Amino acid sequence: MAILVDTSTRLVVQGLTGSEGRFHGLRNRSHGTNVVAGVTPGKGGQDVDGIPVFDTVASAVSETDADTAMVFVPAPFAADAMYEAIAAGITTVVCITEGVPAHEMLRIHAHIQGRGVTLIGPNCPGALSPGKANVGIIPAEIFREGSIGLVSRSGTLTYQIGHELTQLGLGNSTIVGIGGDPIVGSSFLEVLALFEADPQTQQVVMVGEIGGDEEEKAAVFIQSGMTKPVVAYIAGFTAPPGKTMGHAGAIISGSAGTAQAKKEALETKGIRVGTTPTETAQLVAEIAAG
Amino acid sequence: MDLYEYQGKELFRRYGIPTSEGRLATTPAEARAAAEELGVPVVVKAQVLTGGRGKAGGIKLAESAPEAEARAAEILGMDIRGHTVTKVWIERASDIEREYYLSLTFDRSAKKPLFMFTTQGGVDIEEVAATSPDALVRLHVDPLEGCHPWHGRKLVYDGRVADSGEQKQIAAIVGKLYEAFVGCEAMLCEINPLIVTPDGEVRALDSKFTVDDNALFRHADIAEMRDVGAADPLEALAREKGVTYVKLDGEVGVLGNGAGLTMSTVDVVTFVGGSPANFCDLGGGGDAQGVVDALEVIIRDPQVRAIFFNIFGGITRCDEVARGILQAVEQMGIAYPIVVRLDGTNAEDGRRILTEAALPNLHAEATMLDGARRAVELAV
Repeated sequence: MAILVDTSTRLVVQGLTGSEGRFHGLRNRSHGTNVVAGVTPGKGGQDVDGIPVFDTVASAVSETDADTAMVFVPAPFAADAMYEAIAAGITTVVCITEGVPAHEMLRIHAHIQGRGVTLIGPNCPGALSPGKANVGIIPAEIFREGSIGLVSRSGTLTYQIGHELTQLGLGNSTIVGIGGDPIVGSSFLEVLALFEADPQTQQVVMVGEIGGDEEEKAAVFIQSGMTKPVVAYIAGFTAPPGKTMGHAGAIISGSAGTAQAKKEALETKGIRVGTTPTETAQLVAEIAAG
Repeated sequence: MDLYEYQGKELFRRYGIPTSEGRLATTPAEARAAAEELGVPVVVKAQVLTGGRGKAGGIKLAESAPEAEARAAEILGMDIRGHTVTKVWIERASDIEREYYLSLTFDRSAKKPLFMFTTQGGVDIEEVAATSPDALVRLHVDPLEGCHPWHGRKLVYDGRVADSGEQKQIAAIVGKLYEAFVGCEAMLCEINPLIVTPDGEVRALDSKFTVDDNALFRHADIAEMRDVGAADPLEALAREKGVTYVKLDGEVGVLGNGAGLTMSTVDVVTFVGGSPANFCDLGGGGDAQGVVDALEVIIRDPQVRAIFFNIFGGITRCDEVARGILQAVEQMGIAYPIVVRLDGTNAEDGRRILTEAALPNLHAEATMLDGARRAVELAV
């Protein structure tokens, strides 16, 4: 099983002919992902290492039955690319692009409600189901197949925790990077619900950071809506208020969004929070060992 | 990007939100000339990108032009919460009958813009929210529907504005504020206070305006408003070099790749008993030159005693990082300890490059936790 991406995924890469799109599109294919098409306006009819390129997402879908799109186009065109994918009937959209304006994301988030579309990102590393499919930029060689679901707002911190899990002999069902922007397509809640329903996933690690209140909302959901154990980690305990810590979404404003407040919200719901990535992985191992 | 009061008011005026007339001054003489031109009394207001300037003595009334010059001389150069005042805004003093509050923010939780309005303006809004929550009216806007006249009506009726003239003016300002918010791609537009004069006229007496950095590429006029001199000099240098850098107060320079991992590294350095000097994110790419640029910023901080590189290569290649470290050490003659932890893409190559260089101040560690401990030990 796994979530979001697996052996049945049929991927179209928007921006496949660009240098990053090509590199990661081919890398995803080498991990076993079924990359069926690319889209670059004006380059329809070409191919990238045998992957056919189309002018529009609609033609890629009608020719190849693509059901998942990965957006690799520059920020000024990323919103357009997401709308195009949704209009073409794509049901899972993964937007890797960094720097998408927040007002665009407000409108896209409102637009996808009730359309049966799952959007991951933007400004995210994508989703990897080890041994099945990789859609995005997560280095698959760090991870191994297993039963731990991993969901995170960060990229490299996800790799760090994945690596710590691997060192302890643990593997992952799916790793999902939801992105570090103020408004992202899917929040912790949606991804946690998918893990809860996935038979391969036995427990979940949630990697949060300062800013917003998605970790607090997740805490409520974990207590009321999840049977599987969840271990959390929060980055940014020592971050000063009012300073953006790299991610546009990682800012403590006023009294809200601190790592301490998130930790307390999680712990009052009985969710264990690791103080370092290493300790987080150890907590997961303890639970896995029973 | 945060704007100064005078810049926010300029944007308000563009969208038809009434403000008082004013002039910007950078010297006491300019302040005097502005007061003469505007007519007295005037208010001399420090322009700083932080709150609490009234309490710090950064806002003063002047009854005459020479007094405006004297007040400006006091305020210019003043330190307000670590920000040096280099500009004052001279504005015609307003008679105030009542002070209201109106803001439009980016509600991340609801994923919608949020209006907040109260007739108890002029004070810290968090205090109003805490002490009399019923007086604070909140109203979300559906971003696909946009703002309509009913939003303004609902805010003034729910906020119990009694006077019909005020109701009409405020409802109109609500619509214009939404246009400014969307038009400028703002994350925050706040008017506190929104005043009513004895003649019943409603005006914005202050502005707090924050624009989405990701949208500046299509708002060249607003991007130009950035005051490069206002930022911490190291943060300004970092911006120029394309490095994400936040100055902290300790001795261990922290350099990572990716915001989450770097934030976590700063935390771990603290947890093992150290004190981080900065947050420095190489970003997604991170070639050798990027590493040199980042180190150039970090070593300008005189408090730094040791540096901890924590790299988990994904897109970033560890061999490139290693080359950058060697290049920077050689070019800049960095003598203090550098602890390096490399994992992920091309980590073995990176470690080999560093081992072969055999620099005495370079220390390799296998894990993030051990690297942090070592850097903290060496920073003493």
